Amino acid sequence: MEKIYSSPETQCRLITSRPETVKFLLDYSRSLHMREFKGMTIEQNLN
Amino acid sequence: MHTTIDDATLIRNYINGDEKAIELLINKHNQRLSSYIYSKVKDMTVTEDIFQDTFIKVISTFKRGTYNEEGKFLPWVMRIAHNLIIDHFRRNKRMPKYQGNQEFNIFSVLTDDKPNAERQLIKDQIDQDLEVLIEQLPKDQLEVLKMRIYQNMSFNEIAENTEVSINTALGRMRYALINLRKLIEKNQIVLTN
Repeated sequence: MEKIYSSPETQCRLITSRPETVKFLLDYSRSLHMREFKGMTIEQNLN
Repeated sequence: MHTTIDDATLIRNYINGDEKAIELLINKHNQRLSSYIYSKVKDMTVTEDIFQDTFIKVISTFKRGTYNEEGKFLPWVMRIAHNLIIDHFRRNKRMPKYQGNQEFNIFSVLTDDKPNAERQLIKDQIDQDLEVLIEQLPKDQLEVLKMRIYQNMSFNEIAENTEVSINTALGRMRYALINLRKLIEKNQIVLTN
């Protein structure tokens, strides 16, 4: 039987951020520390 | 067998110090979030920047301990990305960015007078060749030529400095140029840039 249904075309282009970007985030995560000081939370970035 | 750990578990593990959990969380939502950002901004570099900024906010919130887990991690991340996309367009509205295309290239109207690296090299080579040639001129002509060309002195000043009349100074300059041309022809040197 003739195929009469067309498959819908996806309008969305699938994108993945580069491994370098992910690596940067992982390094950022490892270097980020929170310190409590007089009731305040201070972000500390230790590279 | 491949199993997917749910977001809530990954977040809990990460908050408890498991750095691997954030990697799994980022990779799990990378395609979906990046595709969403790209569908709005249509630029891969901007997509990467917004993706990065989104997860910087996520990580910071987790580490601060202010994340409120209600089983809605993905909608929350999408909301952060959405707000950053709006910020991006607001910034661009204030300071529009123009990109060249096939019909119009901004560098066709913006020019730089300075020679490019290749032309600068050729110019340096010509200057060096010329210096060698000038040194072969008779002393009186060499003196006038150097004062005129390198020290930018007027013929009046040259005449005063060399204690000759202005006509002699002019004559020496004229002969210096004639002799220089002869030297160039004799040595078959090409002095063009």
